[in-house]
Amino acid sequence: MTTQFVSVTTRKDWSSDQEVRWCPGCGDYSILAALQLLLPELNIRREETVFVSGIGCAARFPYYMNTYGMHTIHGRAPAIATGLAVTRPDLNVFVVSGDGDALSIGGNHLIHALRRNANLTILLFNNRIYGLTKGQYSPTSERGKTTKSTPQGSLERPLDPISLALGAGATFVARTHDMDRSHMQAVFRRAHEHHGTSLVEIYQNCNVFNDGAFSDINSKESRAANLINLRHGEPIRFGANDEFGVVGDDTGALAITTLGPENESRVVVHDEHLANPARAFALARLMVSDHEPTPMGVFRDVDEPEYGDQISLQAAASREARGEADLSKLLRSRGSWHVD
Amino acid sequence: MVVHEQSALENVVLRFAGDSGDGMQLTGERFTSTSALFGNDLATLPDFPAEIRAPAGTLGGVSSFQIQIASYDITTAGDSPHVLVAMNPAGLRANVHLLLPGAMIIVNGDSFDERSIAKAGYRTNPLEDGSLDSFNVTSVPMTTLTTEACRDAGVKPRDAERSKNFFALGLILWTFSRSLEATLEWIERHFANRPTVAEANRRALHAGYHFGETSEMYAPRFDVAPAPYPSGDYTNITGSAALSWGFIAAAHRSGLPLFLGSYPITPASDILHELSGRKEFGVITFQAEDEIAAVGAAIGAAYGGSIGLTTTSSPGLDLKSEAIGLAVSLELPLIIVDVQRAGPSTGMPTKVEQADLSHALYGRHGEAPLPVLAALTPSDCFSAAIEAVRIAVTYRTPVVLLSDAALANATEPWRIPELDELPVIDAHFANGPNARTDDGAPAFHPFVRDASTLARPWAPPGVAGLEHRVGGLEKADELGHVSYDGANHERMTELRAAKVAGVASSYPALVVDDPQGDATVLVVGWGGTYGSLAAGVALARQRGAHVAHLQLRYLNPLPRDLGAILATYERVLVPELNLGQLARLLRAEYLIDVASLHKMRGAPFTSTEIADAIDAAIREKP
Ligand code: SF4
Repeated sequence: MTTQFVSVTTRKDWSSDQEVRWCPGCGDYSILAALQLLLPELNIRREETVFVSGIGCAARFPYYMNTYGMHTIHGRAPAIATGLAVTRPDLNVFVVSGDGDALSIGGNHLIHALRRNANLTILLFNNRIYGLTKGQYSPTSERGKTTKSTPQGSLERPLDPISLALGAGATFVARTHDMDRSHMQAVFRRAHEHHGTSLVEIYQNCNVFNDGAFSDINSKESRAANLINLRHGEPIRFGANDEFGVVGDDTGALAITTLGPENESRVVVHDEHLANPARAFALARLMVSDHEPTPMGVFRDVDEPEYGDQISLQAAASREARGEADLSKLLRSRGSWHVD
Repeated sequence: MVVHEQSALENVVLRFAGDSGDGMQLTGERFTSTSALFGNDLATLPDFPAEIRAPAGTLGGVSSFQIQIASYDITTAGDSPHVLVAMNPAGLRANVHLLLPGAMIIVNGDSFDERSIAKAGYRTNPLEDGSLDSFNVTSVPMTTLTTEACRDAGVKPRDAERSKNFFALGLILWTFSRSLEATLEWIERHFANRPTVAEANRRALHAGYHFGETSEMYAPRFDVAPAPYPSGDYTNITGSAALSWGFIAAAHRSGLPLFLGSYPITPASDILHELSGRKEFGVITFQAEDEIAAVGAAIGAAYGGSIGLTTTSSPGLDLKSEAIGLAVSLELPLIIVDVQRAGPSTGMPTKVEQADLSHALYGRHGEAPLPVLAALTPSDCFSAAIEAVRIAVTYRTPVVLLSDAALANATEPWRIPELDELPVIDAHFANGPNARTDDGAPAFHPFVRDASTLARPWAPPGVAGLEHRVGGLEKADELGHVSYDGANHERMTELRAAKVAGVASSYPALVVDDPQGDATVLVVGWGGTYGSLAAGVALARQRGAHVAHLQLRYLNPLPRDLGAILATYERVLVPELNLGQLARLLRAEYLIDVASLHKMRGAPFTSTEIADAIDAAIREKP
């Protein structure tokens, strides 16, 4: 194995000269900062890093990164990034998307990217609202949400990105939030290191159109009661004094309970590497309604063949079976005859 | 022993027809191969239902394959079959109207039972009611003879019965003085894993051949001599295969990897199939979740430095429009192949039409011009593919290449080019800074243009110092930053249009086919109607008309010499398999009147239709 020597960089090297134009106070700023501060530590090169985005507030992200980047069309970034990643396995390809981009107009591309498992890191900024179009409800908005397009309240049940990703067979699924830089960085690092498609849902505050959407979970005051930190190999407990825990019930679901000597031993120990996604799914469905204790961290991290690697193997097998490419032979492969 | 008369002919049109399950396409293809090996010029026209298994025995379920073989250069599968092989009453009824009096009909007599006759919509048995009296009809009990031949061969009765198409093939090979060798070899190879099926087919083939030789009721025999060809190696090629190989060749000559993003759709899927089997050429094929992802992935691959290709048929082009607009804005090379079929909507999926021209030219929001070209013949698909890549790569632009359902499936002999005859395509990647910042430091500006082509640099990731962002938002001239400045937007719009218009400077000069040199009527066609228009023009000339023919390959930008050529003729006739899309374009572009001739029947023009229209144009001329 060769060691890559990458020259030392700082946040400045990863920042483009473009003025950042999100609304003041937008959660996107802290996500940008977390990533720009983390990238110098990842031992990767700027010229081998590409950010691909669709449409939405979050999708402006590539313009602010001093890397290669593509700001594309609504919902299609996972497909476009797949074409790039499979033809250029040498690159670090990040997809930056939002809840409307990834789950509404681009839902189909997202699930197929996840099941294919090409080497992509998908960052899904979830602010539960359409920001760029000025405040319509999104596929992750809570039911009954009053917005410009739903003056009497929205009728649809929200889509949970983690459940969706697990259902699509994603090999790396995690959640983090814009109020905790070191948590974001730890999750982003893991997502980048994962060989395959990783999906990271980031709770992101849109202070203009949906302010405080997650404050019941991630504000300083709520965290102890409502933020469940997932740590691999550890019992899933939370609360100011770790007084709550996640236990299995006899339906196969998981439930939150107050712990005491009688049930402490039943607390579920978190295992990111379970081949069967059922446990991770149950964790994603812990919350019966909004504003309830919510797991943060890595739900699932398993090894499955990466899509691009498999393409290379098939190409190698073709060369093995049919010999090196020979155009002149190809043009005669359907039978040929000679005329003098 | 019967002595057969052997008639030497210059050309014969033969049509196989039967139920979708009767193997007519296979029979046609085998006969095509044999004739090509023999050295005939040929052209084929497969015609089959969109349904995988349309109701057996009905007109809707009829699958046909027409082939013209000739001892001279031909361009179509012919108008009217000299010989029709009908495996069932429906096959007869669906095709008999194509025949001229005196044509030969060979039917599988076993299939003319009461039920099948009724299913085909006949009230009485056409073999007995005198309705076929003007034809030369031979009824052969093909099913009986085939099952007979397969007896004691360990073949299941069902398999034996299914071999009857090989009986028909054997009979036809005998009729056309062809040997069985190539077919026997093919059976050997193709059914290597199913020895009893192979045996059944072999026996059926021999039985058919011997039946021709020994049967007294069967008299005429045709002999079509080889056509004179320039020397070289030849192969038989379909439009789909030629396109696929053209892209592989373009990749080879440019040194770029080829990436195909595609979603299955009739009749474009054959390109996906062909390229999927060629991974040793460094081809990556990606069957996407939909048409949008297919073109999107191709754009991603193009950004990364591959030849990004997406293939589809008409409805798929609708879905790709937004992404194609993105490629126009990003100014990245991209090739979109549209194998046109009859529309609108699902239309007639297996039938030919040329009705996507306007869509290819204009089907995007905003000012989004791009080069559009169309392949002329099955074998021309090969060089059209290379040309599409050349334009896309040289000008950093998406290019639409139009083929159609007839070209895709039709076959013709093709002289295989030597590799060094193929053009070299230079990707000319950016490899260093091309500008300076305000304080004089070297910089890379992704929208600085080449002075002659107006193309911007293509800078795939991986080169330090060339990091840059591109997007669908308007870009500042040269710098490439997001810009909402009106004057800049106008300039960028004009630059993109000028770049595409400039592609015309790289075309070869147009060649008008006008052998007499004094024609007053010019027939202008485009793309896949080349064969039928050339045949129609030839027929008109036989009838005494002086007429010129020009077939356009480049639809946008139009060739610069086109205006002057159009102006030379008193009358311009534009036959199209649409309601006059090129005609409208020519009127708008050159302010001349053109006569539009249209056909929307899911079938190519016949020579007679074209020749009659030419006669009328000559009579009507001002
Ligand atoms: S609209 Fe909301 S999400 Fe968009 S930039 Fe403003 S605060 Fe951020």
